[in-house]
Amino acid sequence: MSTEYLRISDLHAFYGESHILHGMDLVVNRGECVSLLGRNGAGRTTTLRAILGLTGRRSGSIMVNGRETIAMSTHRIAQLGVGYCPEERGIYASLSCEENLLMPPQVGSGGMHLDELYRMFPNLYERRHSQGTRLSGGEQQMLAMARILRSGARLLLLDEISEGLAPVIVQTLGQIIRALKEQGYTIVLVEQNFRFAAPLADRMYIVEHGQIAEEIAQGEIETKKELLQKYLGV
Amino acid sequence: MTEIFGVPIQALMGQLMLGLVSGSFYAMLSLGLAVIFGMLNIINFAHGALYMMGAFLAWMGLEYFALGYWQALLLAPLAVGLFGIVIERSMLQWLYKLDHLYGLLLTFGLALVIEGLFTNGYGVSGQPYSIPEELSGAFNLGFMFLPKYRAWVIVASLAVCFCTWFVIEKTRLGAYLRAATENPKLTQAFGINVPLMVMLTYGFGAALAGFAGVLAAPAIQVSPLMGSNLIIVVFAVVVIGGMGSILGSILTGLGLGVIEGLTKVFYPEASATVVFVIMAIVLMIRPAGLFGKER
Repeated sequence: MSTEYLRISDLHAFYGESHILHGMDLVVNRGECVSLLGRNGAGRTTTLRAILGLTGRRSGSIMVNGRETIAMSTHRIAQLGVGYCPEERGIYASLSCEENLLMPPQVGSGGMHLDELYRMFPNLYERRHSQGTRLSGGEQQMLAMARILRSGARLLLLDEISEGLAPVIVQTLGQIIRALKEQGYTIVLVEQNFRFAAPLADRMYIVEHGQIAEEIAQGEIETKKELLQKYLGV
Repeated sequence: MTEIFGVPIQALMGQLMLGLVSGSFYAMLSLGLAVIFGMLNIINFAHGALYMMGAFLAWMGLEYFALGYWQALLLAPLAVGLFGIVIERSMLQWLYKLDHLYGLLLTFGLALVIEGLFTNGYGVSGQPYSIPEELSGAFNLGFMFLPKYRAWVIVASLAVCFCTWFVIEKTRLGAYLRAATENPKLTQAFGINVPLMVMLTYGFGAALAGFAGVLAAPAIQVSPLMGSNLIIVVFAVVVIGGMGSILGSILTGLGLGVIEGLTKVFYPEASATVVFVIMAIVLMIRPAGLFGKER
């Protein structure tokens, strides 16, 4: 059974006068992990930001869990149970590690408990009193992930979480994503790192010039190698 | 008679106390300015006018509605806060994305309009507002007489400043506030209604100014220009303490009040300028202010 959790249709988005998304169409089903692949500047980050209304003008349709959100303000969209982990991680310098973790308010039921998160990310427990931005890059990434898991969000928008991290941390992140999938989270993974995303994603969309260029299911990776080579150079 | 550096101890203590009283006003007003600047990115030049409104509302309450000091202390800040919210919704909210200069010009204009209206209605000469009975008289501390009202001003303003600091630095709401100050877009993306918080922050800052105004009413004459006389010094205080630092603005406010008071004892000629001299020195050594962070 697959029910739609996120449906984007004919989405156009702008930053000021620049037209970034040119009619995006994509669907993410409940409990699915979908990866958006593509070159830098193709519009993957903008897609995530547009879902939350963080871009400039938007048009088209974005359905989140059956609700049309195109005209909603950012905080109302988040309250539908959307958790966002931005590319720049967005750790607050004026908050301690634990305050960062506790900052996002509840947007849904069934968020993870603080103890549970500290078991999942033991480093954060050790650094809980440190200023948020004093944490290492890997720890900050863990913190950015952990804080949206506590809020009860069921749709996770993860932007380049493996970027710039040591291979061992990237591996840990991969295990965490797998665990989250088992717990039924719906995940949109924007990734540059194909090798990280490919084994995790149920489906992949290739984004090019602000549109979906290609859709690839998990089973088609082998047969569509040439396509991937063409778009991503992998 | 006991003397310190050739100054009678009574005179010294008296000026120290007066310094603490003006320091209390500096602290409350610069705190409001710092909170507003942090959240709205607006240098609120209307702050002095809001302070004056607080004092005037207290006076008008007594004059027209027979509302006493204690009721005024509650109602006037509330009214000034609501007025602030109206200002924020109707005007300031359109300026956040623009340069600081626009907010400064708008609030400066507002200050002129508000002061002009009150001057038009009540003239520039002050209206007397008497000290409430419970707080008239003085404590005899042995080495000096401490007027009760001055003691009350210091205690009340310290309490308000401490509560504000506590809420911002130690509570969940304060964490939202700090987060929204640092990265409003992302904070909203976590589901926090940032525009509402911004509105309430301005309302709170205005209410704080109004509260200071009511506290000031019995201490000085209530006049339409009382705010513009004070606000220039308060801006110097904010510059010295560093924009956007909560604790910094409280401590700097009190400290500069005391320094000003002591200058009145030892070198009265400089008492009106000492704050600005300190500001110049601080700007040379630490351009971001004593407690400010360089951005």
